[in-house]
Amino acid sequence: MAIALKLTSKRRLWTFHGGIHVPDEKSLSNTQAIESPPLAQRLYVPLQQHIGAPARPLIELGARVLKGQMIAEPSGFISAPVHAPSSGRLIAIEEHPVPHPSGLAALCAVIATDGEDTWAELPPPLTDYPQLDAALIRERILWAGVVGMGGASFPTNVKLTPGTDRKIQTLVINGAECEPYISCDDRLMRERAGHVLEGVRIMHHLLGVRAVMIGIEDNKPEAIEAMRLALAETDMHDYTEILPIPTLYPSGGEKQLIRILTGKEVPTSGIPAQIGIVCQNVGTAAAVADAVLLGRPLISRVVTVSGRSIARPSNVEVPVGTPAEHLISHCGGYRETPRKLVCGGPMMGFELRSAEVPITKATNCLLALTPEESPSPEPALACIRCGRCAEVCPAKLLPQQMYWYARSKDLDRIQDYNLFDCIECGCCAQVCPSHIPLVQYYRYAKTEIWAREKDRRKSELARARHAAKQARLERQEQERQARLRKQKEALETPKAADPEGEDPKKALIEAARRRAAAKKAVTPPRQLTTDN
Amino acid sequence: MKTALVSSPHVPRLNRVDRIMFEVLLALIPGIAAMTWFFGWGLLVNITLAVTFAVLAEAAVMLARGRSPWIAIGDLSAVVTAVLFAISVPPTLPWWLTLIGMLFAIVLVKQLYGGMGYNPFNPAMAAYVFLLISYPVAMTTWLAPSMLAEHSFSFMESLRLILTGGLPTGLEWDAISSATPLDEMRGKLDLGLTIEQIRQGPVWGELGGRGWEWVAGGFLLGGLYLLWRRVIGWHIPISMLLGLLIGAGVFWIIDPQTHPFPAFHLFSGAAILGAFFIATDPVTACTTKQGQLIFGASIGVTVYVIRSWGGYPDAVAFAVLLMNIAAPTIDYYTQPRVFGHGEKPG
Repeated sequence: MAIALKLTSKRRLWTFHGGIHVPDEKSLSNTQAIESPPLAQRLYVPLQQHIGAPARPLIELGARVLKGQMIAEPSGFISAPVHAPSSGRLIAIEEHPVPHPSGLAALCAVIATDGEDTWAELPPPLTDYPQLDAALIRERILWAGVVGMGGASFPTNVKLTPGTDRKIQTLVINGAECEPYISCDDRLMRERAGHVLEGVRIMHHLLGVRAVMIGIEDNKPEAIEAMRLALAETDMHDYTEILPIPTLYPSGGEKQLIRILTGKEVPTSGIPAQIGIVCQNVGTAAAVADAVLLGRPLISRVVTVSGRSIARPSNVEVPVGTPAEHLISHCGGYRETPRKLVCGGPMMGFELRSAEVPITKATNCLLALTPEESPSPEPALACIRCGRCAEVCPAKLLPQQMYWYARSKDLDRIQDYNLFDCIECGCCAQVCPSHIPLVQYYRYAKTEIWAREKDRRKSELARARHAAKQARLERQEQERQARLRKQKEALETPKAADPEGEDPKKALIEAARRRAAAKKAVTPPRQLTTDN
Repeated sequence: MKTALVSSPHVPRLNRVDRIMFEVLLALIPGIAAMTWFFGWGLLVNITLAVTFAVLAEAAVMLARGRSPWIAIGDLSAVVTAVLFAISVPPTLPWWLTLIGMLFAIVLVKQLYGGMGYNPFNPAMAAYVFLLISYPVAMTTWLAPSMLAEHSFSFMESLRLILTGGLPTGLEWDAISSATPLDEMRGKLDLGLTIEQIRQGPVWGELGGRGWEWVAGGFLLGGLYLLWRRVIGWHIPISMLLGLLIGAGVFWIIDPQTHPFPAFHLFSGAAILGAFFIATDPVTACTTKQGQLIFGASIGVTVYVIRSWGGYPDAVAFAVLLMNIAAPTIDYYTQPRVFGHGEKPG
């Protein structure tokens, strides 16, 4: 059993600094199989569900749309299209609350579903993709609007297009799911391991990597087992490893997972590709398989609906655009009034102002938390510099120093302490005995620095313009002077040819007269030019 | 209905300042018990007085600053300061010196800098040094430990002594006070005696002075508890004790007859108390791990230097205050390598 031996072989794992053990709360929902709630009557599909330029709408208002039909096209290299998640009528393109930390509204295509779920004509499956041109496969992934489903929602086709300057050696697949409560990737791996691996196989083919490492936290033994069994049935096992990693938040952070599996550190303000690695989430792998093997765009995803306020915590597969409240009522509504509604995990997710917001391609979890699960913060005390934050910081920062400078708005000093290496995982805030909302301070400082950068760029542009204008004026002045000198010389030339022996005094007077005459001749136009 | 949105994380917080302070107080119990056993009720009276003065001073300043006094009192930091101060001073200290000490510690050293978290100096140690310099006699008059004492003070006698300065009839200070082991060692060494001769006196135990070594043992127990509960890290206490041990060890190896053996230094004076309870005050110590090693070791070495060649028999307070000044600078130069920095790509 060579395969079994390989599967059980121990591989060295690395560790990252810090991290915390938080109650994982996964048992609330991880025994619930993925289910499909009834279709919502209205879908609010945001036109921007990805990092990059928003998609451009393609459909006229009032038109009938079919499931899987592209309703907005990408507008730029880093962009992604949006498809109709179900059939119906496009009744509006309007501002609607979207899941975003700012709580602001954004443009959404509002679709009144007809309940028939009629598919549009889909492109043919590319089951023979190993024989096809890679560009064709990437085009398909771009068409399908696949974005990173782990949270960052970066357009996947861009990440699967390796640059020419450096070779990608390793594909890291993120199945860590380290945030408490969330179980959507867990269920996906348990129930659709084969499909996930198909996606991995496509990405392996596109990147031409030597090795694939699939990291899964060891609090998901069923997922690990399912993935291993599925792997044994494929031809991928000579380059793919399923690697259980110790459960420690935030192991699922891209940089942390890469460190754990490969021992390498993604350079500061760099991307994994710089060290020959591409990292993709398991959900993204499944979406890639959908796009390439089934010709289906990314129009639905698995979402965990959990928290102790939810009557029946579940994992649901829903069309993008489904309102959060629709899911919550499908899960039995509230058992008790939640203290807050959170989009994403409790460590890094953000609070929602309303349950009207739709599910997007990046929404992995909806949490309705009771006051016990998420107590209102007590008033923050002064920092006692105990350093517990620094002990748990996975970026090895000194959060207590950054807090100090964020508080005093010393935006230069806080960058000396590498503010931008902060991944906002929240470990520091969780252990802070003074209950200081540290992450909030860092987000504030980052936003302030971005705003200042913008202002600086603006004023730099203005300064550059001003300098260019000055230079132009100076150049014009010099040109004028040169012209003048030339004219003068032209006037003086015949005098230089005069016979020698003339009275030098007389010659001087004569020269002065000519100069004056020359000056007179050119002065008026000069006045005209300078006064204007 | 909704209040302002709160930033992540949305989970209960793990630690609390008041719980940390409470653990520190809990960990002081064995040492306090030993000290009370050997030096009488005066210590408990002093602790009570110091805590009362400190809490009142804290509340008064907070009120004057227009803030709620309950938050400041509730974090228990003033109580910790008061107890550490009361442990450090002689258990016979007149009440008004405790009052001055606590006013100095809380009002000047702590609150005038901004209160909890902002004070550059350890308040208890600053008050101790202030009184030591201002009232050297009262601050260095210690009773003999109980097994060597001619008179055992009852609770009422201790109370009367502290409140009125009156000794029980028939007793004189000269008869009941006794040099501390560090004093004794220094004085006799200055007279030209060898360690061997000095240690033939009745005041010596196995490691330090009789009684005193048990007090240090009590604080060691509490310190280990704090380490176990992860209230403090190992870096400062271990490096401080190592600094002291190595300093003492080097000179002891060179000449064991004029330099006391290293364990003596460890179990005399405030070395153990300082290492686990005073130098580890997070507000005034270094916060980087490497910085804490430098901070602790420097305190240890400084304690040895002052004990051996300085003007005072013990030096923990001086050494801690000196390193308090240096802590921000040490922190600045000992920042850890941040993730992703200094790794070569590829």
